[in-house]
Amino acid sequence: MYYQPEIETMPREQLRELQLERMKWSVRHAYDNIAFVKKICNEAGVGPDDLTSLEDIVKFPFMVKQDMRDAYPFGLFAVPMHDVKRIHASSGTTGQATTTGHTTNDLTYWGDCFARGIYMVGGSQDSTIQVSYGYGLFTGGLGAHAGGEAVGCAVIPTSSGNTKRQVQIMKDFGTDILACTPSYALYIADTAIELGYDPAKEFKISGVILGAEPASENMRQEIRDKLGVQYCDVYGLSEVMGPGVAMECEVANGLHFAEDHFYPEIVNPDTLEPVPDGEYGELVITTLTREACPLVRYRTRDVTRIISEPCPCGRTHRKIDRIVGRTDDMMIIRGVNVFPSQIEQVITAFPEIATHYQIVLTREAQLDKIALNVETEPDFPIDEVRKIEDLKRRLGAELKSNLQVQVEINLVEPKTIERSEGKAKRILDLR
Amino acid sequence: MIDQLSVFLPNKKGTLSTVAGALSDAGINMHVLVIADTAEYGIVRIVCDTPHAAARALSDAGLRATTTPVYAVRVPNTPGGLTQLLAYCEEKGLNIEYGYCFLLGEEGAIDVLKIDASAEDVLEAGGFEMVEPEEIYRVDEA
Ligand SMILES: [Zn+2]
Repeated sequence: MYYQPEIETMPREQLRELQLERMKWSVRHAYDNIAFVKKICNEAGVGPDDLTSLEDIVKFPFMVKQDMRDAYPFGLFAVPMHDVKRIHASSGTTGQATTTGHTTNDLTYWGDCFARGIYMVGGSQDSTIQVSYGYGLFTGGLGAHAGGEAVGCAVIPTSSGNTKRQVQIMKDFGTDILACTPSYALYIADTAIELGYDPAKEFKISGVILGAEPASENMRQEIRDKLGVQYCDVYGLSEVMGPGVAMECEVANGLHFAEDHFYPEIVNPDTLEPVPDGEYGELVITTLTREACPLVRYRTRDVTRIISEPCPCGRTHRKIDRIVGRTDDMMIIRGVNVFPSQIEQVITAFPEIATHYQIVLTREAQLDKIALNVETEPDFPIDEVRKIEDLKRRLGAELKSNLQVQVEINLVEPKTIERSEGKAKRILDLR
Repeated sequence: MIDQLSVFLPNKKGTLSTVAGALSDAGINMHVLVIADTAEYGIVRIVCDTPHAAARALSDAGLRATTTPVYAVRVPNTPGGLTQLLAYCEEKGLNIEYGYCFLLGEEGAIDVLKIDASAEDVLEAGGFEMVEPEEIYRVDEA
Protein backbone atom coordinates (compact mmCIF):
# COMPACT_ATOMS: atom_id res chain seq x y z
CA MET A 1 0.00 0.00 0.00
CA TYR A 2 1.22 3.45 -0.92
CA TYR A 3 0.10 6.77 0.47
CA GLN A 4 0.45 8.51 -2.92
CA PRO A 5 0.65 5.68 -5.49
CA GLU A 6 0.84 7.87 -8.63
CA ILE A 7 3.78 9.85 -7.25
CA GLU A 8 5.60 7.12 -5.32
CA THR A 9 5.57 4.63 -8.21
CA MET A 10 5.83 7.17 -11.05
CA PRO A 11 7.96 5.86 -13.98
CA ARG A 12 11.47 7.29 -13.67
CA GLU A 13 11.43 9.22 -16.93
CA GLN A 14 8.22 10.94 -15.96
CA LEU A 15 9.60 11.59 -12.48
CA ARG A 16 12.74 13.18 -13.94
CA GLU A 17 10.59 15.45 -16.12
CA LEU A 18 8.65 16.50 -13.06
CA GLN A 19 11.91 17.09 -11.18
CA LEU A 20 13.34 19.25 -13.96
CA GLU A 21 10.21 21.33 -14.24
CA ARG A 22 10.17 21.86 -10.46
CA MET A 23 13.92 22.46 -10.23
CA LYS A 24 13.68 25.22 -12.84
CA TRP A 25 10.92 26.85 -10.83
CA SER A 26 12.75 26.42 -7.51
CA VAL A 27 16.11 27.76 -8.64
CA ARG A 28 14.47 30.78 -10.28
CA HIS A 29 12.33 31.38 -7.18
CA ALA A 30 15.44 31.32 -4.95
CA TYR A 31 17.46 33.49 -7.36
CA ASP A 32 14.72 36.09 -7.75
CA ASN A 33 13.75 36.37 -4.09
CA ILE A 34 16.88 35.71 -2.02
CA ALA A 35 19.61 38.31 -2.43
CA PHE A 36 22.27 35.91 -1.14
CA VAL A 37 21.42 33.25 -3.75
CA LYS A 38 21.49 35.83 -6.54
CA LYS A 39 24.87 37.06 -5.30
CA ILE A 40 26.59 33.64 -5.16
CA CYS A 41 25.10 32.60 -8.50
CA ASN A 42 26.29 35.81 -10.14
CA GLU A 43 29.74 35.30 -8.64
CA ALA A 44 29.80 31.79 -10.08
CA GLY A 45 28.56 33.10 -13.42
CA VAL A 46 25.37 31.00 -13.51
CA GLY A 47 21.70 31.82 -13.47
CA PRO A 48 18.31 30.09 -13.72
CA ASP A 49 18.52 30.08 -17.55
CA ASP A 50 21.55 27.77 -17.41
CA LEU A 51 19.39 24.98 -16.05
CA THR A 52 18.25 22.89 -19.01
CA SER A 53 18.73 19.40 -17.55
CA LEU A 54 18.87 17.97 -14.03
CA GLU A 55 22.62 17.44 -14.42
CA ASP A 56 23.10 21.19 -14.96
CA ILE A 57 22.60 21.66 -11.22
CA VAL A 58 26.31 20.88 -10.71
CA LYS A 59 27.14 24.27 -12.27
CA PHE A 60 25.55 26.01 -9.29
CA PRO A 61 27.38 27.02 -6.11
CA PHE A 62 26.80 25.22 -2.80
CA MET A 63 25.01 26.58 0.23
CA VAL A 64 26.21 25.64 3.73
CA LYS A 65 24.90 25.92 7.25
CA GLN A 66 27.08 28.94 7.93
CA ASP A 67 25.16 30.83 5.22
CA MET A 68 22.01 30.25 7.25
CA ARG A 69 23.67 31.41 10.45
CA ASP A 70 24.90 34.55 8.71
CA ALA A 71 21.41 35.23 7.39
CA TYR A 72 19.78 34.79 10.83
CA PRO A 73 16.88 35.15 11.33
CA PHE A 74 15.09 35.66 7.98
CA GLY A 75 17.76 36.52 5.42
CA LEU A 76 17.14 33.37 3.38
CA PHE A 77 13.34 33.61 3.34
CA ALA A 78 11.96 33.85 -0.21
CA VAL A 79 8.41 34.89 0.65
CA PRO A 80 6.96 37.79 2.65
CA MET A 81 6.02 37.14 6.31
CA HIS A 82 2.41 37.31 5.14
CA ASP A 83 2.88 33.84 3.62
CA VAL A 84 4.99 32.30 6.39
CA LYS A 85 2.82 30.06 8.56
CA ARG A 86 5.41 28.48 10.84
CA ILE A 87 9.03 29.02 11.86
CA HIS A 88 11.27 26.25 13.19
CA ALA A 89 14.78 26.79 14.51
CA SER A 90 17.76 24.55 15.20
CA SER A 91 19.05 24.33 18.76
CA GLY A 92 22.13 26.37 17.94
CA THR A 93 24.25 24.27 20.30
CA THR A 94 27.24 24.57 18.00
CA GLY A 95 26.83 28.24 17.16
CA GLN A 96 24.20 30.70 16.02
CA ALA A 97 20.78 29.10 15.61
CA THR A 98 19.32 28.64 12.13
CA THR A 99 15.71 29.27 11.20
CA THR A 100 13.45 27.71 8.59
CA GLY A 101 10.10 29.11 7.51
CA HIS A 102 7.17 27.14 6.13
CA THR A 103 4.25 28.26 3.98
CA THR A 104 0.89 26.50 3.90
CA ASN A 105 2.04 24.41 0.92
CA ASP A 106 5.38 23.62 2.61
CA LEU A 107 3.54 22.26 5.65
CA THR A 108 1.14 20.22 3.49
CA TYR A 109 4.00 18.63 1.53
CA TRP A 110 5.87 17.92 4.77
CA GLY A 111 2.87 16.01 6.11
CA ASP A 112 2.64 14.09 2.81
CA CYS A 113 6.33 13.13 2.90
CA PHE A 114 6.09 11.75 6.44
CA ALA A 115 2.75 10.09 5.68
CA ARG A 116 4.46 7.89 3.06
CA GLY A 117 6.52 6.36 5.90
CA ILE A 118 3.39 5.63 7.92
CA TYR A 119 2.12 3.56 4.99
CA MET A 120 5.54 1.90 4.71
CA VAL A 121 5.09 0.40 8.20
CA GLY A 122 1.58 -0.74 7.32
CA GLY A 123 -0.26 2.24 8.77
CA SER A 124 -3.53 3.73 7.50
CA GLN A 125 -6.41 5.91 8.63
CA ASP A 126 -7.25 3.14 11.11
CA SER A 127 -3.89 3.46 12.88
CA THR A 128 -3.02 5.14 16.15
CA ILE A 129 0.35 6.89 16.12
CA GLN A 130 2.18 7.95 19.27
CA VAL A 131 4.54 10.86 18.67
CA SER A 132 7.26 10.75 21.32
CA TYR A 133 9.60 13.15 19.58
CA GLY A 134 9.98 16.47 21.35
CA TYR A 135 7.44 19.05 20.20
CA GLY A 136 8.66 22.59 19.74
CA LEU A 137 11.27 24.37 17.66
CA PHE A 138 12.77 20.93 16.94
CA THR A 139 11.03 19.55 13.84
CA GLY A 140 10.62 15.95 15.05
CA GLY A 141 7.38 16.26 17.00
CA LEU A 142 5.38 18.46 14.66
CA GLY A 143 6.74 16.71 11.55
CA ALA A 144 5.56 13.29 12.68
CA HIS A 145 2.33 14.88 13.90
CA ALA A 146 1.68 16.37 10.45
CA GLY A 147 2.31 12.95 8.86
CA GLY A 148 -0.20 11.33 11.19
CA GLU A 149 -2.80 13.99 10.43
CA ALA A 150 -2.20 13.74 6.67
CA VAL A 151 -2.96 10.01 6.80
CA GLY A 152 -5.88 10.57 9.11
CA CYS A 153 -4.48 8.51 11.99
CA ALA A 154 -5.44 9.01 15.61
CA VAL A 155 -2.42 11.05 16.72
CA ILE A 156 -1.26 10.92 20.36
CA PRO A 157 1.00 13.94 20.95
CA THR A 158 2.86 12.59 24.01
CA SER A 159 6.10 14.44 23.14
CA SER A 160 9.24 13.09 24.85
CA GLY A 161 9.77 12.46 28.55
CA ASN A 162 7.77 10.83 31.37
CA THR A 163 8.64 7.39 30.06
CA LYS A 164 6.46 5.32 32.40
CA ARG A 165 3.47 7.28 31.18
CA GLN A 166 4.55 6.69 27.58
CA VAL A 167 4.41 2.94 28.29
CA GLN A 168 1.04 3.23 29.99
CA ILE A 169 -0.42 5.16 27.03
CA MET A 170 1.12 2.77 24.53
CA LYS A 171 -0.61 -0.10 26.29
CA ASP A 172 -3.94 1.53 27.18
CA PHE A 173 -4.50 3.41 23.89
CA GLY A 174 -3.34 0.50 21.72
CA THR A 175 -0.64 2.44 19.89
CA ASP A 176 0.09 0.94 16.44
CA ILE A 177 3.04 3.13 15.47
CA LEU A 178 5.63 4.90 17.58
CA ALA A 179 7.62 7.87 16.22
CA CYS A 180 10.68 9.10 18.17
CA THR A 181 14.49 8.81 18.28
CA PRO A 182 15.98 5.28 18.25
CA SER A 183 17.58 5.69 21.68
CA TYR A 184 14.28 6.82 23.14
CA ALA A 185 12.40 3.92 21.51
CA LEU A 186 14.86 1.53 23.16
CA TYR A 187 14.47 3.34 26.45
CA ILE A 188 10.67 3.06 26.23
CA ALA A 189 11.00 -0.67 25.39
CA ASP A 190 13.36 -1.26 28.33
CA THR A 191 11.08 0.67 30.65
CA ALA A 192 8.08 -1.43 29.55
CA ILE A 193 10.07 -4.60 30.18
CA GLU A 194 11.20 -3.33 33.58
CA LEU A 195 7.56 -2.67 34.43
CA GLY A 196 6.90 -6.35 33.78
CA TYR A 197 5.44 -6.22 30.26
CA ASP A 198 6.47 -8.06 27.13
CA PRO A 199 5.60 -5.34 24.61
CA ALA A 200 6.43 -7.59 21.63
CA LYS A 201 3.66 -9.95 22.69
CA GLU A 202 1.31 -7.93 24.87
CA PHE A 203 1.22 -4.56 23.08
CA LYS A 204 -0.58 -3.82 19.82
CA ILE A 205 2.35 -1.81 18.39
CA SER A 206 3.53 -3.05 14.97
CA GLY A 207 5.70 -0.26 13.54
CA VAL A 208 8.22 2.37 14.57
CA ILE A 209 9.36 5.41 12.61
CA LEU A 210 12.67 6.48 14.11
CA GLY A 211 15.20 9.14 13.22
CA ALA A 212 17.15 12.27 14.18
CA GLU A 213 20.16 10.27 15.41
CA PRO A 214 22.22 7.32 14.20
CA ALA A 215 21.45 3.74 15.20
CA SER A 216 23.54 0.63 14.57
CA GLU A 217 22.00 -2.47 13.01
CA ASN A 218 22.36 -4.16 16.39
CA MET A 219 20.35 -1.45 18.08
CA ARG A 220 17.69 -1.60 15.35
CA GLN A 221 17.36 -5.35 15.82
CA GLU A 222 17.08 -4.91 19.57
CA ILE A 223 14.22 -2.44 19.04
CA ARG A 224 12.51 -4.77 16.51
CA ASP A 225 12.79 -7.71 18.91
CA LYS A 226 11.82 -5.93 22.11
CA LEU A 227 8.80 -4.13 20.65
CA GLY A 228 7.91 -6.67 17.94
CA VAL A 229 7.80 -4.07 15.16
CA GLN A 230 8.77 -3.15 11.61
CA TYR A 231 11.48 -0.49 11.72
CA CYS A 232 11.28 2.55 9.44
CA ASP A 233 14.32 4.80 9.46
CA VAL A 234 13.33 8.39 8.72
CA TYR A 235 15.78 10.98 7.44
CA GLY A 236 15.31 14.71 7.51
CA LEU A 237 16.89 17.91 8.64
CA SER A 238 15.28 21.06 9.86
CA GLU A 239 17.15 23.30 7.39
CA VAL A 240 15.57 21.44 4.47
CA MET A 241 12.19 20.56 5.99
CA GLY A 242 12.28 18.12 8.88
CA PRO A 243 11.72 14.34 9.15
CA GLY A 244 10.35 12.83 5.94
CA VAL A 245 12.98 13.79 3.36
CA ALA A 246 13.69 10.05 3.01
CA MET A 247 11.99 7.05 4.61
CA GLU A 248 12.77 3.33 4.78
CA CYS A 249 10.29 0.92 3.20
CA GLU A 250 9.53 -2.66 4.30
CA VAL A 251 12.43 -4.00 2.21
CA ALA A 252 14.71 -2.45 4.87
CA ASN A 253 17.55 -1.72 2.48
CA GLY A 254 17.78 2.05 2.23
CA LEU A 255 15.46 5.03 2.49
CA HIS A 256 13.32 6.23 -0.43
CA PHE A 257 14.21 9.85 -1.09
CA ALA A 258 11.15 12.07 -1.68
CA GLU A 259 12.40 12.86 -5.17
CA ASP A 260 9.31 14.80 -6.16
CA HIS A 261 10.21 17.40 -3.51
CA PHE A 262 14.00 17.14 -3.20
CA TYR A 263 16.88 16.46 -5.58
CA PRO A 264 19.77 14.54 -4.02
CA GLU A 265 23.43 14.56 -5.05
CA ILE A 266 26.41 12.85 -3.42
CA VAL A 267 29.73 14.69 -3.56
CA ASN A 268 33.22 14.01 -2.32
CA PRO A 269 33.43 16.24 0.82
CA ASP A 270 37.03 17.21 0.04
CA THR A 271 36.91 17.90 -3.70
CA LEU A 272 33.14 18.66 -3.85
CA GLU A 273 33.02 16.72 -7.12
CA PRO A 274 29.99 14.44 -7.66
CA VAL A 275 30.67 10.74 -7.02
CA PRO A 276 29.05 7.86 -8.98
CA ASP A 277 25.88 6.23 -7.60
CA GLY A 278 26.78 3.69 -4.91
CA GLU A 279 29.82 5.56 -3.64
CA TYR A 280 29.78 7.19 -0.22
CA GLY A 281 30.07 10.95 0.08
CA GLU A 282 28.31 14.02 1.41
CA LEU A 283 24.60 14.33 0.69
CA VAL A 284 23.71 17.59 -1.10
CA ILE A 285 20.05 18.59 -1.45
CA THR A 286 18.28 20.99 -3.79
CA THR A 287 14.68 21.64 -2.80
CA LEU A 288 12.12 21.41 -5.61
CA THR A 289 8.90 22.69 -4.07
CA ARG A 290 9.85 24.61 -0.93
CA GLU A 291 8.35 28.09 -1.04
CA ALA A 292 9.47 29.84 2.15
CA CYS A 293 13.07 28.61 2.27
CA PRO A 294 14.21 27.08 -1.02
CA LEU A 295 17.78 25.78 -1.01
CA VAL A 296 20.13 25.28 -3.92
CA ARG A 297 22.74 22.53 -3.44
CA TYR A 298 22.64 22.57 0.34
CA ARG A 299 25.53 20.61 1.87
CA THR A 300 23.98 18.47 4.61
CA ARG A 301 27.27 17.21 6.13
CA ASP A 302 25.61 13.78 6.23
CA VAL A 303 27.60 10.94 4.72
CA THR A 304 25.66 8.33 2.73
CA ARG A 305 25.38 6.89 -0.78
CA ILE A 306 22.66 6.56 -3.41
CA ILE A 307 21.15 3.12 -4.01
CA SER A 308 19.80 3.36 -7.56
CA GLU A 309 18.74 -0.27 -8.09
CA PRO A 310 14.94 -0.67 -8.40
CA CYS A 311 13.29 -1.53 -5.08
CA PRO A 312 11.13 -4.66 -4.80
CA CYS A 313 8.50 -2.57 -2.97
CA GLY A 314 7.57 -0.93 -6.27
CA ARG A 315 8.43 2.64 -5.32
CA THR A 316 10.49 4.30 -8.03
CA HIS A 317 12.12 7.04 -5.97
CA ARG A 318 15.81 6.29 -5.51
CA LYS A 319 17.07 5.34 -2.08
CA ILE A 320 19.86 6.63 0.11
CA ASP A 321 21.69 4.27 2.43
CA ARG A 322 21.60 4.69 6.18
CA ILE A 323 23.62 7.76 7.22
CA VAL A 324 27.07 6.47 8.22
CA GLY A 325 28.31 9.67 9.82
CA ARG A 326 28.58 13.40 9.62
CA THR A 327 31.47 15.12 7.95
CA ASP A 328 31.67 17.36 11.02
CA ASP A 329 31.20 14.52 13.56
CA MET A 330 34.46 13.26 12.29
CA MET A 331 36.93 13.03 15.15
CA ILE A 332 40.54 13.69 14.38
CA ILE A 333 42.67 11.57 16.69
CA ARG A 334 46.41 11.84 16.29
CA GLY A 335 45.78 12.98 12.73
CA VAL A 336 43.52 10.04 11.88
CA ASN A 337 39.88 10.57 10.85
CA VAL A 338 37.49 8.51 12.96
CA PHE A 339 33.69 8.33 12.69
CA PRO A 340 31.61 7.21 15.69
CA SER A 341 29.76 4.91 13.29
CA GLN A 342 32.99 2.97 12.68
CA ILE A 343 33.26 2.28 16.41
CA GLU A 344 29.59 1.36 16.52
CA GLN A 345 30.06 -1.12 13.69
CA VAL A 346 32.84 -2.88 15.58
CA ILE A 347 30.78 -3.05 18.78
CA THR A 348 27.88 -4.55 16.82
CA ALA A 349 30.05 -7.55 16.01
CA PHE A 350 30.55 -8.28 19.73
CA PRO A 351 27.42 -9.89 21.18
CA GLU A 352 29.00 -9.74 24.65
CA ILE A 353 28.89 -5.93 24.54
CA ALA A 354 25.70 -3.93 25.11
CA THR A 355 24.66 -1.41 22.44
CA HIS A 356 25.08 1.70 24.56
CA TYR A 357 28.55 3.19 24.52
CA GLN A 358 30.38 6.41 25.13
CA ILE A 359 33.53 7.74 23.53
CA VAL A 360 35.78 9.88 25.75
CA LEU A 361 38.51 12.00 24.15
CA THR A 362 41.30 13.35 26.34
CA ARG A 363 44.77 14.75 25.83
CA GLU A 364 47.74 13.56 27.86
CA ALA A 365 51.22 14.96 27.32
CA GLN A 366 50.16 16.55 24.00
CA LEU A 367 48.83 13.23 22.75
CA ASP A 368 45.17 12.53 21.96
CA LYS A 369 43.73 9.58 23.82
CA ILE A 370 40.50 7.86 22.95
CA ALA A 371 38.67 5.72 25.47
CA LEU A 372 35.54 3.68 24.94
CA ASN A 373 33.15 3.04 27.80
CA VAL A 374 31.00 -0.03 27.27
CA GLU A 375 28.84 -2.38 29.32
CA THR A 376 28.83 -6.15 29.03
CA GLU A 377 25.56 -7.99 28.41
CA PRO A 378 24.02 -9.47 31.59
CA ASP A 379 24.94 -13.07 30.70
CA PHE A 380 28.65 -12.34 30.21
CA PRO A 381 30.68 -14.11 32.94
CA ILE A 382 32.11 -11.31 35.05
CA ASP A 383 33.76 -13.62 37.58
CA GLU A 384 36.74 -14.57 35.43
CA VAL A 385 39.63 -12.19 34.80
CA ARG A 386 40.76 -14.25 31.84
CA LYS A 387 37.44 -13.89 29.96
CA ILE A 388 37.24 -10.17 30.69
CA GLU A 389 40.84 -9.63 29.57
CA ASP A 390 40.22 -11.72 26.49
CA LEU A 391 37.15 -9.64 25.58
CA LYS A 392 39.02 -6.36 26.09
CA ARG A 393 41.94 -7.61 24.04
CA ARG A 394 39.77 -8.78 21.13
CA LEU A 395 37.69 -5.59 21.12
CA GLY A 396 40.84 -3.46 21.33
CA ALA A 397 42.49 -5.32 18.46
CA GLU A 398 39.39 -5.07 16.28
CA LEU A 399 39.11 -1.31 16.91
CA LYS A 400 42.82 -0.84 16.26
CA SER A 401 42.61 -2.62 12.93
CA ASN A 402 39.47 -0.72 11.87
CA LEU A 403 40.41 2.76 13.06
CA GLN A 404 44.22 2.66 12.97
CA VAL A 405 44.12 4.17 16.46
CA GLN A 406 44.68 2.59 19.88
CA VAL A 407 41.47 2.69 21.92
CA GLU A 408 41.45 2.23 25.69
CA ILE A 409 38.51 0.06 26.71
CA ASN A 410 36.70 0.56 29.98
CA LEU A 411 34.04 -1.89 31.06
CA VAL A 412 31.63 0.09 33.18
CA GLU A 413 28.76 -0.77 35.48
CA PRO A 414 25.29 -1.23 34.02
CA LYS A 415 23.31 1.93 33.21
CA THR A 416 26.22 4.27 33.89
CA ILE A 417 26.15 5.27 30.22
CA GLU A 418 23.48 7.88 29.90
CA ARG A 419 20.29 6.86 28.08
CA SER A 420 19.04 10.20 26.97
CA GLU A 421 15.48 11.11 26.16
CA GLY A 422 16.64 13.12 23.17
CA LYS A 423 19.75 12.74 21.08
CA ALA A 424 22.23 10.30 22.61
CA LYS A 425 25.40 11.93 23.89
CA ARG A 426 27.93 9.47 22.61
CA ILE A 427 31.05 11.59 22.43
CA LEU A 428 32.61 13.37 25.37
CA ASP A 429 35.44 15.57 24.12
CA LEU A 430 37.54 16.68 27.10
CA ARG A 431 40.49 17.92 25.04
CA MET B 1 27.75 -27.13 43.21
CA ILE B 2 27.27 -23.94 45.16
CA ASP B 3 26.21 -20.48 43.96
CA GLN B 4 28.92 -17.92 44.35
CA LEU B 5 28.03 -14.23 44.30
CA SER B 6 30.27 -12.47 41.73
CA VAL B 7 30.62 -8.69 41.51
CA PHE B 8 32.46 -6.66 38.88
CA LEU B 9 33.97 -3.41 40.16
CA PRO B 10 35.42 -0.83 37.80
CA ASN B 11 38.18 0.73 39.86
CA LYS B 12 36.46 3.56 41.61
CA LYS B 13 36.91 4.42 45.24
CA GLY B 14 34.17 3.28 47.57
CA THR B 15 32.71 0.52 45.42
CA LEU B 16 33.82 -2.28 47.76
CA SER B 17 32.16 -0.51 50.65
CA THR B 18 29.05 -0.14 48.44
CA VAL B 19 29.03 -3.94 48.07
CA ALA B 20 29.46 -4.54 51.80
CA GLY B 21 26.93 -1.84 52.65
CA ALA B 22 24.26 -3.12 50.25
CA LEU B 23 24.65 -6.69 51.56
CA SER B 24 24.48 -5.60 55.17
CA ASP B 25 21.44 -3.41 54.44
CA ALA B 26 19.74 -6.44 52.90
CA GLY B 27 20.62 -8.43 56.06
CA ILE B 28 22.80 -10.88 54.15
CA ASN B 29 25.50 -12.77 56.00
CA MET B 30 28.86 -13.28 54.24
CA HIS B 31 30.98 -16.40 54.83
CA VAL B 32 33.93 -15.59 52.64
CA LEU B 33 34.98 -12.71 50.38
CA VAL B 34 37.87 -12.87 47.92
CA ILE B 35 39.04 -10.01 45.70
CA ALA B 36 40.84 -10.46 42.40
CA ASP B 37 42.45 -7.20 41.41
CA THR B 38 43.85 -5.94 38.13
CA ALA B 39 45.24 -2.49 37.45
CA GLU B 40 41.89 -1.35 36.06
CA TYR B 41 39.13 -3.25 37.82
CA GLY B 42 38.36 -5.76 40.54
CA ILE B 43 36.28 -8.89 40.75
CA VAL B 44 34.78 -9.79 44.09
CA ARG B 45 33.79 -13.40 44.77
CA ILE B 46 31.60 -14.00 47.77
CA VAL B 47 30.04 -17.01 49.43
CA CYS B 48 27.05 -15.77 51.40
CA ASP B 49 23.53 -16.63 52.52
CA THR B 50 20.71 -16.29 49.93
CA PRO B 51 23.08 -15.53 47.00
CA HIS B 52 20.30 -14.80 44.49
CA ALA B 53 18.69 -12.24 46.76
CA ALA B 54 22.17 -10.79 47.32
CA ALA B 55 22.77 -10.45 43.55
CA ARG B 56 19.44 -8.66 43.18
CA ALA B 57 20.24 -6.31 46.08
CA LEU B 58 23.58 -5.40 44.44
CA SER B 59 22.02 -4.97 40.99
CA ASP B 60 19.46 -2.63 42.52
CA ALA B 61 22.37 -0.67 43.98
CA GLY B 62 23.64 -0.21 40.40
CA LEU B 63 26.42 -2.79 40.56
CA ARG B 64 27.20 -5.52 38.06
CA ALA B 65 26.48 -8.65 40.13
CA THR B 66 25.50 -12.19 39.27
CA THR B 67 25.61 -15.70 40.70
CA THR B 68 28.10 -18.23 39.34
CA PRO B 69 27.96 -22.00 39.92
CA VAL B 70 31.27 -23.25 41.34
CA TYR B 71 32.49 -26.52 42.84
CA ALA B 72 32.91 -26.77 46.63
CA VAL B 73 35.15 -29.68 47.61
CA ARG B 74 35.90 -30.78 51.17
CA VAL B 75 39.62 -31.25 51.86
CA PRO B 76 41.28 -32.34 55.10
CA ASN B 77 42.62 -29.39 57.07
CA THR B 78 46.11 -30.84 56.99
CA PRO B 79 49.26 -29.99 55.04
CA GLY B 80 49.04 -31.35 51.52
CA GLY B 81 45.25 -31.43 51.38
CA LEU B 82 45.00 -28.87 48.61
CA THR B 83 48.01 -30.16 46.70
CA GLN B 84 46.34 -33.53 46.32
CA LEU B 85 43.21 -31.98 44.82
CA LEU B 86 45.11 -29.76 42.38
CA ALA B 87 47.34 -32.62 41.27
CA TYR B 88 44.27 -34.74 40.63
CA CYS B 89 42.60 -32.02 38.54
CA GLU B 90 45.73 -31.58 36.48
CA GLU B 91 45.99 -35.33 35.93
CA LYS B 92 42.37 -35.44 34.72
CA GLY B 93 42.83 -32.43 32.46
CA LEU B 94 40.38 -30.23 34.37
CA ASN B 95 41.11 -26.59 33.65
CA ILE B 96 40.77 -24.50 36.81
CA GLU B 97 39.86 -20.86 36.07
CA TYR B 98 40.34 -19.83 39.70
CA GLY B 99 40.07 -21.18 43.20
CA TYR B 100 40.20 -20.23 46.86
CA CYS B 101 39.74 -21.97 50.16
CA PHE B 102 38.16 -21.29 53.48
CA LEU B 103 37.57 -23.07 56.76
CA LEU B 104 34.18 -24.46 57.64
CA GLY B 105 33.75 -24.86 61.38
CA GLU B 106 36.35 -26.95 63.21
CA GLU B 107 36.42 -30.04 61.07
CA GLY B 108 37.96 -29.02 57.81
CA ALA B 109 38.55 -26.75 54.86
CA ILE B 110 36.59 -26.18 51.67
CA ASP B 111 38.17 -25.57 48.30
CA VAL B 112 36.11 -23.56 45.88
CA LEU B 113 36.97 -24.17 42.23
CA LYS B 114 35.69 -22.62 39.01
CA ILE B 115 36.03 -25.24 36.29
CA ASP B 116 34.60 -24.63 32.81
CA ALA B 117 33.33 -28.17 32.41
CA SER B 118 31.18 -30.67 34.14
CA ALA B 119 33.58 -32.02 36.75
CA GLU B 120 31.43 -33.37 39.54
CA ASP B 121 31.62 -37.04 38.50
CA VAL B 122 35.33 -36.85 37.87
CA LEU B 123 35.98 -35.29 41.29
CA GLU B 124 33.81 -37.81 43.08
CA ALA B 125 35.47 -40.69 41.23
CA GLY B 126 38.76 -39.41 42.64
CA GLY B 127 37.36 -39.72 46.15
CA PHE B 128 36.74 -36.05 46.73
CA GLU B 129 33.64 -35.14 48.64
CA MET B 130 31.40 -32.38 47.26
CA VAL B 131 29.93 -30.05 49.84
CA GLU B 132 26.20 -29.35 49.58
CA PRO B 133 25.15 -25.67 49.56
CA GLU B 134 22.98 -26.21 52.65
CA GLU B 135 26.07 -27.08 54.68
CA ILE B 136 27.59 -23.67 53.98
CA TYR B 137 24.86 -21.03 53.51
CA ARG B 138 21.15 -20.39 53.55
CA VAL B 139 19.90 -21.41 50.10
CA ASP B 140 17.36 -19.40 48.07
CA GLU B 141 15.61 -19.67 44.69
CA ALA B 142 16.93 -17.94 41.58
ZN1 LIG C 1 11.24 0.23 -1.29
